[in-house]
Amino acid sequence: MERVPILKIGDILLVSIQLDMSDQTAVALQEDLAERIVATGCHGVIIDITALDIVDSFVGRMLSTIASISKVLDAETVVVGMRPAVAITLVELGLSLNGIRTALNVERGMELIAAARADELDYQLDDDPDAETATP
Amino acid sequence: MALSAEESGRLAALLGGHAERVTQRWTEIVAGSLRGRLSQAELRRQVQDLHSAIVATGEHGAIDLSAESAAELRAALSDLSRGRARQGFSATETAISVFALKDVLAGLVEEAGGDNALRDYIAFSRLIDEMGLFTFESFVRTRESLIADQAEQLLELSTPVVKLWEGVVAVPLVGTLDSARAQVVMERLLQTLVDTGSPYAIIDITGVPAVDTQVAQHILKTVVAARLMGADCIISGIRPQIAQTIVALGIEFGDIATKASLADALRHVLRLNGVETARRQPRRDV
Repeated sequence: MERVPILKIGDILLVSIQLDMSDQTAVALQEDLAERIVATGCHGVIIDITALDIVDSFVGRMLSTIASISKVLDAETVVVGMRPAVAITLVELGLSLNGIRTALNVERGMELIAAARADELDYQLDDDPDAETATP
Repeated sequence: MALSAEESGRLAALLGGHAERVTQRWTEIVAGSLRGRLSQAELRRQVQDLHSAIVATGEHGAIDLSAESAAELRAALSDLSRGRARQGFSATETAISVFALKDVLAGLVEEAGGDNALRDYIAFSRLIDEMGLFTFESFVRTRESLIADQAEQLLELSTPVVKLWEGVVAVPLVGTLDSARAQVVMERLLQTLVDTGSPYAIIDITGVPAVDTQVAQHILKTVVAARLMGADCIISGIRPQIAQTIVALGIEFGDIATKASLADALRHVLRLNGVETARRQPRRDV
């Protein structure tokens, strides 16, 4: 069975889907990704679907599941590189990728994750009541 | 419908024998109907072309407008109607250019006399009717292709995607938005987003005369598709009446940003990007 490769770039895991997804590949990808997130402690997942001509409800559900799994493991998921034709088809079909953030390309996706991460860190620092009193 | 070889021969002889008179009379009748909108010389040339095509076809045997042998005649006829259609003449004025031959022939046949004059004339006029129909068809075909070309040009003209700022593109929509145009706009906008890598798009509807539920639906679809691709859309140029219509129709734009003018939309995007836009403050300390 073919497996989708998962690349680690800094704090981000990059998954580029190049082949038609089947049930088995999708399940394998979910398992692999969960393991890699835990093993590497990454806080961002970028799924590149530039090569996909067709995104149907199956692929949409797979993306949603991956996003949910990553969320549980404290990693932000961004889907990047959706083609115009794919986006139009999804809209015409009335499918929406709920809970998934999207970006135009990998670069933008990495910026998005970095920004989200920075916000989160700020928020955590602000949230900590001892942070300011500890360093007067 | 076709003429027999014998009749064709007689027609060719009749027309060929009185070439000068036929073209003269023919040109006069047509010129009368066109009321001087085409020069006499040009008209004469067209009539001569048609005349020689008929004579040439008739001399070669039976005239059958749909046959291979009448290719020259058909070419002359469609040339004539194409020219008329492009110059903006009406269908009647085009058809008369062919039907005028009937009047000319009536005189000639009467003069020539003979036993089968009437039968010949009926056969000839049937051929001319056929030629007239053919002319009319090519006239309509030319007009239709003209209209199709213009519609396409209009579609191309009316949907430009312009770059406003680094990472910001805008689509100024002008004219009524139907399904076909909405589709073109959507495809072109999304493609530009990919090509330029712009994360923001502004859809300006200043030039859209009316927004009904269908137009709103098209715009919403475009926005949702852009979002799926990871770009954000802002709708701008909403005129007061349009705003009232939108509310009256109960159209919900949800969490899509709407701005009154393109300038406001651009300022909104720039602020999101962290670019400072200085607002001119009125001076007070003078």
